[in-house]
Amino acid sequence: MKSAVQIKLSLNGKDVSCEAHPFARLLDVIREELGHTGTKEGCGEGECGACAVLLDGKVVNSCLVPVTQAIGKTVTTVEGLSAKDGTLSTLQSAFVENNGAQCGICTPGMLIAAYDLLSKNKNPSLDDMREALAGNLCRCTGYMKIFDAIKDAAKKLEAAR
Amino acid sequence: MRAFLPSYNLRQAQTLDELLKLLAAEPGVWKPLAGGTDVMVSFAAGKLTHRNFVDILPIKELCGIAEGKGELILGALASYADVLASASCAKHFPNLQHAARLTGALAIQNRGTLGGNIMNASPIADTPPALMAYGARVELASASGRRTVDYSAFHKGYKIVDAAQNEVLTKIILPLPAPNAFHFYRKVGTRKAQSISKICFAACASAHNGALTNVGIGMGGVGPTTVRLKALESLLTSKRFAQVKEADVKKALEADITTIDDIRSTAEYRKTVSLNVAMQFLSELRKHVELDR
Repeated sequence: MKSAVQIKLSLNGKDVSCEAHPFARLLDVIREELGHTGTKEGCGEGECGACAVLLDGKVVNSCLVPVTQAIGKTVTTVEGLSAKDGTLSTLQSAFVENNGAQCGICTPGMLIAAYDLLSKNKNPSLDDMREALAGNLCRCTGYMKIFDAIKDAAKKLEAAR
Repeated sequence: MRAFLPSYNLRQAQTLDELLKLLAAEPGVWKPLAGGTDVMVSFAAGKLTHRNFVDILPIKELCGIAEGKGELILGALASYADVLASASCAKHFPNLQHAARLTGALAIQNRGTLGGNIMNASPIADTPPALMAYGARVELASASGRRTVDYSAFHKGYKIVDAAQNEVLTKIILPLPAPNAFHFYRKVGTRKAQSISKICFAACASAHNGALTNVGIGMGGVGPTTVRLKALESLLTSKRFAQVKEADVKKALEADITTIDDIRSTAEYRKTVSLNVAMQFLSELRKHVELDR
């Protein structure tokens, strides 16, 4: 038996702390202890990518990360992609405008994976998008509208530069 | 059913020395946890029987990929993403990169480690056949010292490896193949990404004057462990391999592999596809040797 330990990390640019069991899944700590419910649980076994977050800037499935491994690290969730006042980012708006979301469960993970892709590749091809989002499963829209949204966001971000 | 969280424990080791002392003090109690891509899946499913884990990700001595004299040294914590980003892996070990690219997808590749892939000892893991075909050696450390073993002899049975409870896998050592070596990797799964293999096949061969001088072949999904295809290797190197027929390959495979029915495939399919992939390897190898002559 092991009781809770102190967890300190940076969540969406803010230092936060809470108590949690050291083996607790990062996903559960983000949602239930830190109140950021944007990140969703899909399969809970690392297949679907709904729970994807950035851990020290790398895409990970938060259902497969024991919270101990996030202590002292930087975590970015879907909430961290929008402005502090909640204004959606260009990428998020592009998902809305291109009907890139339907039921919405996969969307937070799709956005994290798409954000990671666009931060490394300003003008991704369809193949690049397929590869970057291969770990994110959608069971409503299919993927074309999601790819349209990313393409649209890439174009708008390029125009704004 | 979900696991009962309070019955588990996770602590951290910051250095190799700290880890080895812990494993020596309480052998069998603590099990290393790296990227968690297998452990956490079992945990969520309520199937994780071991209770006490030690997080080894902070241990810097176990990280990194570095070229040594005639060899490449991969830290046990080298992730699939590290393998994919490594220029040395791209230059000398394309099969390893191929396997890393076909393991899960980005989020898994960022977390999963080569050491974890080896120690988890799944017979259908994707990188072990490549490591075996490249003639890997693995280093194990304990509080009483270090030893290096031939990776081909490391897997002793289903989920049984040649490592004591107080030992930890520290590095994987790969001899650099000949510059003109032929590399071949095939994974047969249900789709490109997030796929668990039905079988996977890795080979590396070098030739001189139309004869093969060195062949390493590893396979997954065809036995209780990753297997090295010794009969097929010796068939290809024993005579001028231009004369090797499909029936000879079939006979060698019968000696090397055992296939079973399970949720991912059938024994019959695995046997057939293994022969097909081996013949594809042979055909591409012949073209390569012809060009190289």
